[in-house]
Amino acid sequence: MRIPLSWLREYAQVPADATAEDVMAELVKVGLEEEDVHRPLDELSGPIVVGQVLSAVKEPQSNGKTINWCQVRVVPEGQEQTLAGDGIDPSGVQGIVCGAHNFEPGDKVVVTLPGAVLPGDFRITPRQTYGHLSAGMIASVRELGIGDDHDGILVLGRLGLDPEIGADALELLGLYDEAAEINVTPDRSYCFSIRGVAREYAHATGTKFTDPADGVVVAAVPEGAAGEGYPVKIEDSAPIYGKPGCDRFVARTVRGVDPTRPTPPWMASRLRLAGMRSISLVVDISNYVMLELGQPLHFYDQDKLQGPIVVRRANPGETLKTLDDKVRTLDAEDLLITDDSGAIGIAGVMGGAATEVSDSTVNVLIEAAHFEEVGIARSRRRHKLPSEASKRFERGVDWQVADEAAQRAVDLLTELAGGTADAAATDVGTAPEPVVIELPAGFAAERIGIEFTEEQIVGSLEDLGAGVGKHEGSYTVTVPSWRQDLTIKEDLTEEIARLVGYDKIPATLPVAPPGRGLTRVQQQRRGVLQALADAGLVEVLSYPFVTKADNDTFGVAEAGAGRSAVKLANPLSDEHGYLRTSVLPGLLETARRNHSRGFRDLALYEAGLVFLPDGQLGTSELPPLGELPPEEVLDQLYDGLPAQPLHLAAVFTGHDSPAGAGHTPRPWDWADALDGARLVADVLGVELVVSQGAHQAFHPGRTAALSLRSGQLVGYAGELHPKLLSSRDLSARTVAFELDADALFDAAADVVVAKHISTYPLATQDVALVVDEAVTAGQVLEALREGAGELLEDIALFDVYSGSGIEEGRKSLAFGLRFRANDRTLTAEEASEARAAAVALAAERFGAVQR
Amino acid sequence: MSETTLGTASPQPAGPAEPALGVPDPLDEAAVGNAVNAALAAFAAAGNLDQLKAARIAHTGEKSPLSLANREIGKLAKQDKAAAGKIIGPARGRLNQALAARTEELEAARDAQILVEEAVDVTAAPRRRRAGARHPLSTLQERVGDIFVGMGWEIAEGPELESEWFNFDALNFKPDHPAREMQDTFFVEPPQAHLLLRTHTSPVQVRSMLERDLPVYVLCPGKVFRTDELDATHTPVFHQFEGLAIDKGLSMADLRGTLEHFARQMFGAEASIRLRPNYFPFTEPSAELDIWHPGAKGGPQWIEWGGCGMVHPNVLRAAGIDPEVYSGFAFGMGIERTLMFRNEVSDMHDMIEGDVRFSEHFGMEI
Repeated sequence: MRIPLSWLREYAQVPADATAEDVMAELVKVGLEEEDVHRPLDELSGPIVVGQVLSAVKEPQSNGKTINWCQVRVVPEGQEQTLAGDGIDPSGVQGIVCGAHNFEPGDKVVVTLPGAVLPGDFRITPRQTYGHLSAGMIASVRELGIGDDHDGILVLGRLGLDPEIGADALELLGLYDEAAEINVTPDRSYCFSIRGVAREYAHATGTKFTDPADGVVVAAVPEGAAGEGYPVKIEDSAPIYGKPGCDRFVARTVRGVDPTRPTPPWMASRLRLAGMRSISLVVDISNYVMLELGQPLHFYDQDKLQGPIVVRRANPGETLKTLDDKVRTLDAEDLLITDDSGAIGIAGVMGGAATEVSDSTVNVLIEAAHFEEVGIARSRRRHKLPSEASKRFERGVDWQVADEAAQRAVDLLTELAGGTADAAATDVGTAPEPVVIELPAGFAAERIGIEFTEEQIVGSLEDLGAGVGKHEGSYTVTVPSWRQDLTIKEDLTEEIARLVGYDKIPATLPVAPPGRGLTRVQQQRRGVLQALADAGLVEVLSYPFVTKADNDTFGVAEAGAGRSAVKLANPLSDEHGYLRTSVLPGLLETARRNHSRGFRDLALYEAGLVFLPDGQLGTSELPPLGELPPEEVLDQLYDGLPAQPLHLAAVFTGHDSPAGAGHTPRPWDWADALDGARLVADVLGVELVVSQGAHQAFHPGRTAALSLRSGQLVGYAGELHPKLLSSRDLSARTVAFELDADALFDAAADVVVAKHISTYPLATQDVALVVDEAVTAGQVLEALREGAGELLEDIALFDVYSGSGIEEGRKSLAFGLRFRANDRTLTAEEASEARAAAVALAAERFGAVQR
Repeated sequence: MSETTLGTASPQPAGPAEPALGVPDPLDEAAVGNAVNAALAAFAAAGNLDQLKAARIAHTGEKSPLSLANREIGKLAKQDKAAAGKIIGPARGRLNQALAARTEELEAARDAQILVEEAVDVTAAPRRRRAGARHPLSTLQERVGDIFVGMGWEIAEGPELESEWFNFDALNFKPDHPAREMQDTFFVEPPQAHLLLRTHTSPVQVRSMLERDLPVYVLCPGKVFRTDELDATHTPVFHQFEGLAIDKGLSMADLRGTLEHFARQMFGAEASIRLRPNYFPFTEPSAELDIWHPGAKGGPQWIEWGGCGMVHPNVLRAAGIDPEVYSGFAFGMGIERTLMFRNEVSDMHDMIEGDVRFSEHFGMEI
């Protein structure tokens, strides 16, 4: 909401020298946050004066244009030019070239003299043009920054003005005024008016507030004449939440309006500063009253209305051509203003084209109605028609102010547009019961922590406009009609604290009960994330928005099997319209971005939730607010959410370290990916079972499937598929892993049981086994471990060999076995026996032959 | 560089031996003395271990004058043997002693020379290992968590894809109220499933109240989503931390005290906070929270930090808590925003693009 200071000053005691910044500094104390300052003089400076065109000689130019060579008087005849400077003619008459033709000698115009600056840092200087020295400019409204019209210059007579020659045009056009723009929170609709903000300014400064509504005298309708106002009926057959869509409709008629009259500059200036365009005097008056009192008005051309007005819900299939000339199909829930011809407006949202006021309208019917909030909000959303009216109605408008607003419009139409008001008025509807709140005497003090005095409590509430009655131990507070946001005692508590001042709230530190610290999973997560950083990886965070192809590639192992994924209803980009089922796409994109910035050696990791829909998505009904849903309803809410496990992924590309003198960096390879995954498992104390894997995003021969001992698959590691890498502009041999971190956290032992450390001597034995190429080292190792039994302390693969001495299609695997007993020194025989048992099992399972 | 390593004898062959002197008479003390003097002079003259070795062989080796003289003792008459022994023995002792001393000297000199020769240009050292880094948003989130855990609070977490009820209705956002639209929400298909990406971490507050025993003191950090295009100050995905305390008799003064304590942990003892009236559907009274940041770029100043207030009774009711018995406060701040003004990050892009230079600069710190 933008507040022109001249307007605010009419109803609040704003110091004469206060700037928009000063006003905002006060308003922020009561919760109206500062947004911006609108000050024409920031972009505009004089001398800009009223001039009279003495002569205008048309001079055709070779370029086809005709210019006017004008002599313009800028100092009243007989007076001296008091200005001096380059291009200021001491005679008081300036020679000015003007390209416009919408004026004639004798017209009074706005002259920007040399030295003036116009918006856009347009500096006026005398300049040689079309064969003349043009010393100044005759300005259009657009050049002055006060309108869009650039068809010609501003002729003051057409605004109904006849100022003195040489008068300050900035003053005349209201350009010394400025506006404070504040943010109005959705609960405080009354602040979408000068009336509301002036009241808040008074609260903030402790000064006097004059209610503009009090200044309006609603003409007493002569006895018996009420029925003669324009006939209006409210017939709401389908109230929303049991509240009628319209509970007040005030209609007034003003006849004989002169549609040619201009909007006076003071009104145009205030509207402009408030952010509204001046359209025509009649339309401007309706906007002006809305801004002043907060009551949206609608003006009809009464001569275009057919029969009585009926406020009702739309019929199926009904249409309306709205003011913006669009034909809209109405919904049965839309509340309409209708006459015998059908719909003439969507109530509180937008009027119809057929009955709107135009430049030929002479008889105006004013509508000042009160509409229910939810219905307006829904219609506005349904038809995508945000308007100044709907903004106010859907937040709540003062029921009581409707007749005063209508009267204010009547007064302005009479005074400025030459109309005559009908004596009769229409005012139908039922006033809502006033809201009354019981406020226990000590409640505010207890909730805020300030020992409020009774004077503070009663004074604050009365300042708001509330009625306060004191009873045994509590106050009975009648809420003012414009404060629909005040419904419970907590609301009143805020008002009291706000008016006394939040800065008076003391500080006390509550003591929480003894806590448990971080949960196990929180500690596990930290441990893992820290370990990867310690191992030289860099943590990144990417967006979870991915393409369908990303999910289909990374989210599922088998090619061609589409991944079921969550689709966004309103994504920022249609392409990235899905929630990720894998962290890798974002991580690879981050790697690519680093590549493009010249960083080709990378080890990146990210932990983030992935979204795995499976079965029922969401719930069709939501429980009401303000009450605890039954357990089964809560369960449905919980169950309607897809699984969202934490995934942990890493990408390694390029080399492990920068090249240096005497140091050749090692290119990352598939084993690094596997090593990273194992590091994660080691930190958690979880055993990761590695087997030959297949995943479409990975190299078919260089992929490890990672499982828990239970057999549960928890991820993949290896080299990414070469095709995928080239299509994503990533280096060949880029490797990666991705793990279901939650599954690993879950698999970690609750309590780690210590292992006995034997101090008996170690017995080592090596063995080389020849197996088929297809048999993996992991499989053989597993068989050896199992066969060796409990004396085996550790086993490691130390060589893989094929070639000379080994038959085609076979390979030799060499393992080192370490044996140790817990309770004795092993004999050579015992160690050899265990080794033999190990080899026997490998032979049995894989036909392994000792070399 | 020398191939010799520290402490080991030179493998090089000895140099040419000095011409053998005449064999002194073992009973001629002066002659033996001359031989000793000649040997001592030779040892002293040896400039390195190789020369010393040659001198040793020449003067103490099997064919050296003193060894030969010693051998002569056996041929002497019995009565002379002892006298000769007294002359030759000490002479040989002196030589051995001198030899050991000289050896030590020369070895030390040689070792020192090797160390000099092994010197490197330490400034030319390569980086063999990269230091990794946490993302500063993660580090800051953990730092914030630690402060509250230190106060006895617990960290609560919840899903990012959330039911509309937890995100809005349970937090007293009325179904058609404009406040619901202030938070530009990502909804998912189909709309009638009423699922969305949480617009704040407040749903975790509701879950905490539903799942935990009273009193509740929890901090809810996490990722949140709004349909804002990425620019220097906005991002559609960002992080928040929200606090919630539900207990008997909690007041806005408790809220202020908690925030003040937290602010000082984050920004130093000079930090303080300011509350301004504001509106949130889930708190009443509500306040905007400003922090007095003593170390702000451009000098100490008030900076808008977040929102807070006393939990709205409808929110308590939605979690089955009686608002006539319990009261509570809640607050929420953005982690990105905090990082921006605490660590002078001027562009949101730096935080979300994953450029390694951004994280690496922070390392594990914040």
